[in-house]
Amino acid sequence: MGADPWSIDPLAAVAIIGMAVASYAMRAGGFWMMRWMPMSRRVEAWLRHIPGAVIISLLAPMVARGGLPELIGTAIAAVAMKVTGHDLAAIVAGIAGVAALRAVM
Amino acid sequence: MSDHLRPVTFTRSGALAGAWDAMPMALSSVAFGLVFGVAARQAGLTLAEATVMSTLVFGGSAQFVAVGIWGSPVPIFAVIVATLIVNARYLLMGASLRPWYSRMRRRQAYGSLFFLTDTNWPLQLQAFQRGEREGAVLMGSGIFMLSTWVASTAIGHAAGAAIGDPRTWGLDFTIVAFFAAVLVKLWHGRGDAMPWTVAAATAILVHALVPGFWHVIAGALAGSIAGAIRDGR
Repeated sequence: MGADPWSIDPLAAVAIIGMAVASYAMRAGGFWMMRWMPMSRRVEAWLRHIPGAVIISLLAPMVARGGLPELIGTAIAAVAMKVTGHDLAAIVAGIAGVAALRAVM
Repeated sequence: MSDHLRPVTFTRSGALAGAWDAMPMALSSVAFGLVFGVAARQAGLTLAEATVMSTLVFGGSAQFVAVGIWGSPVPIFAVIVATLIVNARYLLMGASLRPWYSRMRRRQAYGSLFFLTDTNWPLQLQAFQRGEREGAVLMGSGIFMLSTWVASTAIGHAAGAAIGDPRTWGLDFTIVAFFAAVLVKLWHGRGDAMPWTVAAATAILVHALVPGFWHVIAGALAGSIAGAIRDGR
């Protein structure tokens, strides 16, 4: 923490560059691969199910290891998203809900 | 399909329209950037490391995951693998732009894809689906969102001490709330219930048994393959 704010650790630099390359590979890779990939119905169905499966695999353990405030907060965020259609509103509602519940529970 | 054969333009006004459409997303990315700056500071990243990461990676989820497993020494392999896993969803978004982006100059297409995120990709796709032939929406919105993301990362990092413990304000919950919101958008109906249940159950089980981020791969593969087996014939 006491380090010079403008310093970059060599290992951190390697990690960040690796992350940058990995990110661009994913962003450009799908577009690039579609040159050759003939879509079967099964491949299409698989691709279509990936986004939801990825996000819920990230979310489920976070919620499962949290307490009741986190569980209710997740529900608040989802309902706020459904009602408002704005992700920022959902996030603010979720955060406010969790902060309030943690204060009283 | 013949619509795909018409050329796609790449203009400044298209980029500006994209930036305008991205206004709410850019504002929301400020909130995330501030929180990310705080989280990065707490994980031990310097100001330079945090801002360079935000500039080059430009992906909130991957960056939050990375600082979550950051340490000293930096677990390089784990961070890069986690980035690949978290950003694997971009493969699908990029693939979906193929019919139109293949009608643009190659450097315009591959340059634009650097700026692809969860929130501006729908803007570009919706523009095409409305019948517009303008491919600069992604880059215009992306440059705007990247600017606010990097600036707010720096501010969050600098103000880290003043903001204090994110838990007090519930800010550690931001990423959970964000994923919950994304899931609501991704929900297409009852057909998603089975794959999502499989994914969630697998992820929770693997998370309890195996350290690291393998639960994301395991859950994502289990859920998506379960969906493919049911739907793909």
